[in-house]
Amino acid sequence: MNRINKKLQEDNKLLSIYFTAGYPKLNDTAKIIENLEKNGVDMIEIGLPFSDPLADGPTIQASSTKALKNGMTTEVLFDQLKDVRKTVSIPLIIMGYFNPMLQYGVEAFCKKCAEVGIDGLIIPDLPVDVYNEHYKSIFEKHGIINVFLITPQTSEERIRFIDSISKGFIYMVSSASVTGSSSGFGDVQTDYFKRIHQMELNNPQVIGFGISDHKSFSQATQYAKGAIIGSAFVKHLTTEGTDTIDRFINKIVKP
Amino acid sequence: MTYNINNKGYYGEFGGAYIPEMLYPNVEELRQNYLKVMAEPEFQEEFHALLKDYVGRPSPLYFAKRLSAKYNTKIYLKREDLNHTGAHKINNTIGQILMAKRLGKNRIIAETGAGQHGVATATVCALMGLECIVYMGEIDIARQAPNVARMKMLGATVVPALSGSRTLKDATNEAIRDWINNPVDTHYIIGSVVGPHPYPDMVARFQAIVSEEIQWQLQEKEGTSKPDYVVACVGGGSNAAGAFYHFLDDTDVKLIAVEAAGKGVHSGESAATSILGKEGIIHGSKTLLMQTPDGQITEPYSISAGLDYPGVGPMHAHLYKSGRAEFVAITDDDAMTAGLELCKMEGIIPAIESSHALAVFEHKKFKPEDIVVVSLSGRGDKDLETYIQHFGL
Ligand SMILES: Cc1ncc(COP(=O)(O)O)c(C=O)c1O
Repeated sequence: MNRINKKLQEDNKLLSIYFTAGYPKLNDTAKIIENLEKNGVDMIEIGLPFSDPLADGPTIQASSTKALKNGMTTEVLFDQLKDVRKTVSIPLIIMGYFNPMLQYGVEAFCKKCAEVGIDGLIIPDLPVDVYNEHYKSIFEKHGIINVFLITPQTSEERIRFIDSISKGFIYMVSSASVTGSSSGFGDVQTDYFKRIHQMELNNPQVIGFGISDHKSFSQATQYAKGAIIGSAFVKHLTTEGTDTIDRFINKIVKP
Repeated sequence: MTYNINNKGYYGEFGGAYIPEMLYPNVEELRQNYLKVMAEPEFQEEFHALLKDYVGRPSPLYFAKRLSAKYNTKIYLKREDLNHTGAHKINNTIGQILMAKRLGKNRIIAETGAGQHGVATATVCALMGLECIVYMGEIDIARQAPNVARMKMLGATVVPALSGSRTLKDATNEAIRDWINNPVDTHYIIGSVVGPHPYPDMVARFQAIVSEEIQWQLQEKEGTSKPDYVVACVGGGSNAAGAFYHFLDDTDVKLIAVEAAGKGVHSGESAATSILGKEGIIHGSKTLLMQTPDGQITEPYSISAGLDYPGVGPMHAHLYKSGRAEFVAITDDDAMTAGLELCKMEGIIPAIESSHALAVFEHKKFKPEDIVVVSLSGRGDKDLETYIQHFGL
């Protein structure tokens, strides 16, 4: 069974952390992953940096630009990950835009993911229908789970469709926004969380975008299986470096 | 066999809508409605009335006598430079602002590089009394000050794009991010035949007025509606798409797309996207784009701010790949020389973008009886500073 599915069967609420590979320093990737697992994080999204990250706000944009400047490439990332499964057992997902994967070759990319122990991919700009028609069989052949997004604007019919082709979890984007807005969750969001919760989908949901502290983490996991923190963690890396990851995680999980 | 778009939103293998789910409702709403809205008689009536009375269409098809004599062929200039705001860009913004109104949107966003599309968008927003926000790279804001001032005078808010390389591609990213953040009340007026389906097709249809006019104007002047060649410069590809549109499937009419070679196609400072580009995804479209082997989008260069886009519309990627259009790359120097020649020989100061198309005559020999229509996409007022510096005037 894929590590993602196994993890989702556990009882607890899930904390997932995103960071941009190659940031703050090129070779921080493995260290950050190990550190996150040691501090009780349940799942990790490794950002493959892209020059034009359309769905990201300033924080992740800046980290991507820096990571690319540091010399991060698809090849370098796979090389950094080649021994990761010797020490890390939680699910690992690569989140990135489609063009770098297309240039690497989608089949080669999936194969390499399976080799180094990546369990899933999140590709915001690979549309569901294109995936279904052209890439589904490749992903399945290599046992890679593709995670799809829904937003507050996604119609019920489309949510049901996305649920029907999802194999791991559904990534619920918390609000109509790019990553990194952290104004907290009001009634609009909680109504949306409730609405999705009541749909009783086949796949568990994990909420992301705009989660930055204990309060927003708790609000999200009240209705969903888990929550993903991205920009807030990247900001922490920017200001505090990689030595105090424990402090960041503790502040999220403990009131 | 058609070179136009298919019912799935692709030109051959190029096109589609590679967009994040956050944009899906917006783009889908547009996709479901654009053809329906454009087919409404009232829409067409309003569109054509504005093109006539506000833009000043039809634009003349002018026989360039002295230029024709020099190059020993029949050269016609399609005078988009005489449109209100000085370029073809306004054909598209008039169409899209009417579309936005039909869809009930009251907030307009746009990207701009040189500022031509930004000015054309600010203009139609003023005309309709709609809020207008234009994203423009920080670097472009500094080097295109007159157009920034124009947009402000027209009531638009100009927001600097501070990310990435701080030029056109990043301004486009910022506009797309704005649309993600404002999914209900906002329409994004994209400035060329780029972006996710249905944008390339919608913009091409609004620009198609150009080739529609060429057909009847040429009939009047030459007794045939078919030129032998149509020549246009290609940044994103909208003036070319408009000039080619009604000839796409008529292979008697040869199409020449002129790209900016900058300081030379292989100099490392070029915007010759079709030659240097590889298939990939940019701004929601599968097309040809300039990128690293690793799939990171690179920054193009051209002396003309309107041509330095790292991608090209999917229609043009298909015209290139299929061989339907001939692609020519013209350097900065050759374009500037051709621009100055038009000034001296015909009394017309062209936009530097359009000068690239005019340089085709030094590059390629035509027969004396050939009818060659060149899309004179814009006027050179905005480029005086560059002309002055280049020639030490
Ligand atoms: C006068 C003129 N011509 C051509 C272009 C290039 O755009 P497109 O290829 O979409 O026609 C521009 C863009 O700003 C322009 O201002």
